[in-house]
Amino acid sequence: MRQYIFPLIVIAVVLGVALNLAAGLIWVERRLLALWQDRYGPNRVGPFGLGQVVADSLKLFTKEDWVPPFADKPVFIIAPAIVVATALLSFAVIPFSPGFVVADLNIGILYLLAMSSLGVYSVVLAGWASNNKYSLLGGIRASAQMLSYEVFLGLSLLGVVMLTGSFRITDIVEAQRKMWFVVPQFLGFVLFLIAGVAETRRLPFDLAEAENELIAGFHSEYSGMKFGMFFVGEYIGVTLISATIALLFFGGWLGPWLPAPLWFAAKTMFFICLFILFRAALPRPRFDQLMSWGWKVMLPLALVNLLVTGAVVLARR
Amino acid sequence: MLSLVRSLWEVFRHAFARRVTVQYPDEKPYLAPRYRGRIVLSRDPDGGERCVACNLCAVACPVDCISLQATEDEHGRRYPEFFRINFSRCIFCGFCEEACPTYAIQLTPDFEMGEYKRKNLVYEKEDLMISGPGKYPGYNFWRVAGVAIGGKTKGEAERETPPVDIHSLMP
Repeated sequence: MRQYIFPLIVIAVVLGVALNLAAGLIWVERRLLALWQDRYGPNRVGPFGLGQVVADSLKLFTKEDWVPPFADKPVFIIAPAIVVATALLSFAVIPFSPGFVVADLNIGILYLLAMSSLGVYSVVLAGWASNNKYSLLGGIRASAQMLSYEVFLGLSLLGVVMLTGSFRITDIVEAQRKMWFVVPQFLGFVLFLIAGVAETRRLPFDLAEAENELIAGFHSEYSGMKFGMFFVGEYIGVTLISATIALLFFGGWLGPWLPAPLWFAAKTMFFICLFILFRAALPRPRFDQLMSWGWKVMLPLALVNLLVTGAVVLARR
Repeated sequence: MLSLVRSLWEVFRHAFARRVTVQYPDEKPYLAPRYRGRIVLSRDPDGGERCVACNLCAVACPVDCISLQATEDEHGRRYPEFFRINFSRCIFCGFCEEACPTYAIQLTPDFEMGEYKRKNLVYEKEDLMISGPGKYPGYNFWRVAGVAIGGKTKGEAERETPPVDIHSLMP
């Protein structure tokens, strides 16, 4: 009996944490952005404006579920579900603390990368189904961006995998007992951070959305809870990339004094805040700049990192 | 690349800067004495209406939001029969105040005029009238104007000499 109940509890906790965090992050992001822009942000509803989350989600739920008559209806409806589904599925391999993981796959990192790449289908399909030139441009940009950044997103992680000798995320965390991987793999960390921002399509790499040139790009035709799904999916993606950075480069749950899940949560939260700081501080590059940067700078750097790491691992054997 | 890191740091430092937001309903902003807000009609120091219904404000108004009808009381004093300002049109430019020869119409530092019904933004004379003299405490148009009204003939105004008798030869 126990072997059925415990996984169910784990699944419930992981889903609950991921979804509630996504909703809460809307508030966190607005407050933090306001803090860095010398404003207050939402501080009216409830203590510290926390009730804003409830108010916003109630508003989204009660909005009209509108599908434009010119849209490709089935695809239009499925698209927002894909981003949330893939992001939530990725959480299956994220260990919150030793033993507390839905599926401790021995190819955890590969699964993670595969799932987060599938998320781009959501954006491309949404842009296509909206039957709107701006949305389509957003979708095309998202796919091109994904193609160029996905490559070194994976390559930047391979250094960590080489040092550990395993794709299993729990093994990678345990291998950081002596030293966090951010020290030997600093270049890999920076590359992964940049690729991660591009992967979640957040500022400064939100060219698929680009509200001031593409009027919200792929989701300009979306409203109500379908739009909300894109929003939630984006925040789950941010949480996922932050959790991955914390796990692979900053020792996950390892740390003195505090219990393991708290360390993991604190490290993840730090990177979520960093994501928001990126949004507050950095301007969006032009599209050709983004592409040439990805292919001509980041990819060679990732390959060099890979070569050097491989050489060091071989030499020390 | 270094400039990006620098701008990240600069933005992060703003976390400790003073916030510029004025939290309005709790914290009222300072409004200058000459702030152009809600329009009022003021009274003489002795309580009479200042407005002489000359229509200059209605003429000066660029959005035609003032309408009034002149009439006279038993003393020959002109006053508006009705005086109506449509605040849903008013742009608070203050031209009416500048045009007014008797300091009757004045703009005040008050802007909290929100209404749930558009119609309620049309203010009638009793909504506009205030009990005091507003920005010009001592001024009384009828006391200084050389116009004859009931209870005051020519030459009885302040600093006014009696009119010259044009039928007399004496200097």
